[in-house]
Amino acid sequence: MSTPASITDAGIDWPTLGELAHTLTFTAGFNAAVVVASASLLGVAAGIVGAFALLRKRALMGDALAHATLPGIAAAFITAALLGGQGRRLEVLLLGAAVSGVLGVLCVQLIVRHTRLREDAAIGIVLSCFFGLGVVLLSAIQSMSVGDQGGLASFIYGQTAAMLPRDAVLTGVVALLALIAAALLIKEFTLVCFNDEFASVQGWPVARIDVLMMALVVVVTVAGLQAVGLLLIVALLIIPPAAARFWTDRVRTLVILSAILGGLSAYMGATASALLPRLPAGAVIVLTAGVVFAFSMLAAPARGLVAVGVRRVRLSARISRDHALRELVVREKTEASAITPAALASEIGLSPPAGRWLAYRLTRVGLVEREGVGLSLTDRGRTLGRRIDRNHGLWQRYLIDQADVAPSHVDLSADLVEHVLSPEMVERLEAKLTHAGGGAPA
Amino acid sequence: MTTLPTHRRPSERDLSARPEHSPDSPLSVHALTVAYRRKPVLWDIEYEAPIGRLVAIVGPNGAGKTTLIRTCLGLIRPAAGRVEFWGQPYRRVRTRVGYVPQRESVDWDFPVSALDVAAMGRYAKIGWCRPVTRSHKAAAMHALGRVGMDRFATRQISQLSGGQQQRVFLARALAQEADMYFMDEPLAGVDAATERAIIEILRELRGEGKTVIVVHHDIQTVPEYFDDALLLNMRVVAAGPVSEVFTKQNLQATYGGRLTLLADAAEALARAGRGEIP
Repeated sequence: MSTPASITDAGIDWPTLGELAHTLTFTAGFNAAVVVASASLLGVAAGIVGAFALLRKRALMGDALAHATLPGIAAAFITAALLGGQGRRLEVLLLGAAVSGVLGVLCVQLIVRHTRLREDAAIGIVLSCFFGLGVVLLSAIQSMSVGDQGGLASFIYGQTAAMLPRDAVLTGVVALLALIAAALLIKEFTLVCFNDEFASVQGWPVARIDVLMMALVVVVTVAGLQAVGLLLIVALLIIPPAAARFWTDRVRTLVILSAILGGLSAYMGATASALLPRLPAGAVIVLTAGVVFAFSMLAAPARGLVAVGVRRVRLSARISRDHALRELVVREKTEASAITPAALASEIGLSPPAGRWLAYRLTRVGLVEREGVGLSLTDRGRTLGRRIDRNHGLWQRYLIDQADVAPSHVDLSADLVEHVLSPEMVERLEAKLTHAGGGAPA
Repeated sequence: MTTLPTHRRPSERDLSARPEHSPDSPLSVHALTVAYRRKPVLWDIEYEAPIGRLVAIVGPNGAGKTTLIRTCLGLIRPAAGRVEFWGQPYRRVRTRVGYVPQRESVDWDFPVSALDVAAMGRYAKIGWCRPVTRSHKAAAMHALGRVGMDRFATRQISQLSGGQQQRVFLARALAQEADMYFMDEPLAGVDAATERAIIEILRELRGEGKTVIVVHHDIQTVPEYFDDALLLNMRVVAAGPVSEVFTKQNLQATYGGRLTLLADAAEALARAGRGEIP
């Protein structure tokens, strides 16, 4: 039995730039071209099918399915070997994989339906038991005296480079079929993923549509076993759509982007594997997808962490600005002397350096001016400060009068909300409070 | 108005002994009993909905209001009894019955726009594997316009307020152009503008001769908004025109907690179903 290529083996022959270019452009010989093309197609299919698995919140089911294929592969090998000796025919092995994978999914559903266990626990149980059974069967095969057992373990980690051209064609065709089915049924899949009960009320056979979606996951998983391996194939289902979700708010775009990201990851990974046969292809494919995901998570314009972080910093800057202006407005009424930045900072709960930075910013935008060592409001700053103070008061009164919040809790909530009140909400607040008869705040 | 049931599972003979329901009635419910994990939540429901009226289903939490409409729509299989629309089983008349589920029942972070959701009301008309054509999109847009949401058609649904989301749900049902509607708490937690808009739509639907059955949480507004009421607390306490059934006595029977015996019996049945000996 061949062990997966060791990545600690130093004897890697790095390819030349020419070889790299040839593989990337499918001109490095027929075999390499077929392998890379079919892996890419598989990536595309996994991206599409995975998008719906993710939207249906069933992504982990794919993992249970993938792990559950191992005993099927081993059992198919044993059966075929005992019957005729031709054990390592891909079709036979994949058929076995599909059967036991589906059995695994059925077990999960059986456990969820008839016990009080939740799906995550059921998936964990089924996944590990089936995989364990597979490992036992594999070691049984090792002790059997049948030939050609080599390569069975490559289904665990995947070995793109070991694929024969006809295996690659089979993978490609299956992936293509999954792709066409998903493209035809995008409307039905979207409906069921968004609101299955509404779909069922409308007369759509939700259970059958679900089975179809799951069948596509089965097909893609089984087709990808050889290239990516059963441990990692689930990544190709989950990561591309998860990454795509950061960039778009539309199902159609999500599916297309996910297909592109999946295809691209598989293409790069398979290329690397074709050039460096010792590199574990499945892992390279998944890591490529992982890099795309990390980039999306950070850099996407609306949902990316960087964008969210920037918005949060802006909001907190605005909140401290509001607090400072309100403090200055209130102070103007009672005190004649200007306040120093450090004193202002301590009044509104900031550190002295943050206070100095705030004073600098407010001076620069012309809301505040320096008066010796102290600060005073400009006309613009005073107008804004008064409006903020008024909103604060309105919201405070609304909470006490209308929402029945204890006065001791009001200041905290009012402090948070007043900064996000839109002019329209302020209008509604005013209307509500005048309607209720007014009166001074409690 | 029915009395407490004497049979838990009426046989076919019992059913035939009950009064005949007219085939014109948009919805008739016969001897319906529903159980969750063997715990009965609706007992022997008998109801016939009138044509072209706004009906409120009211009752306390756990009264089975949502369960009743979900059972009518075939989402829950009843333990006994049957439901008919215009004298026919639901599966024959699906397209004529519209449904507005509770807003919390879906994930609003789903990557679709308001127009996409409204267009889902047309999917049954469009059929398998066909794309949403321009005319169906126009119909969905028209439905959005009726609830005042056409300005937000391209917005992703998570960027809408709760009231706006509720209106989009209503638009999806309107796009279906059904003959009767079930709505589950469409007025729960919505702003005043949305409440007015929805009530306006309900009245328009009534004007078109359609029956609308609404699960409603606020008994204060029932007389103002609705023609009929179905007072429910695991069984039908009373049903009919609001002016007749909204009596102090009926409301007390619905909300007064006098049905503890029924609830206890249901709990005991559930325990027995789990194999626990009382």
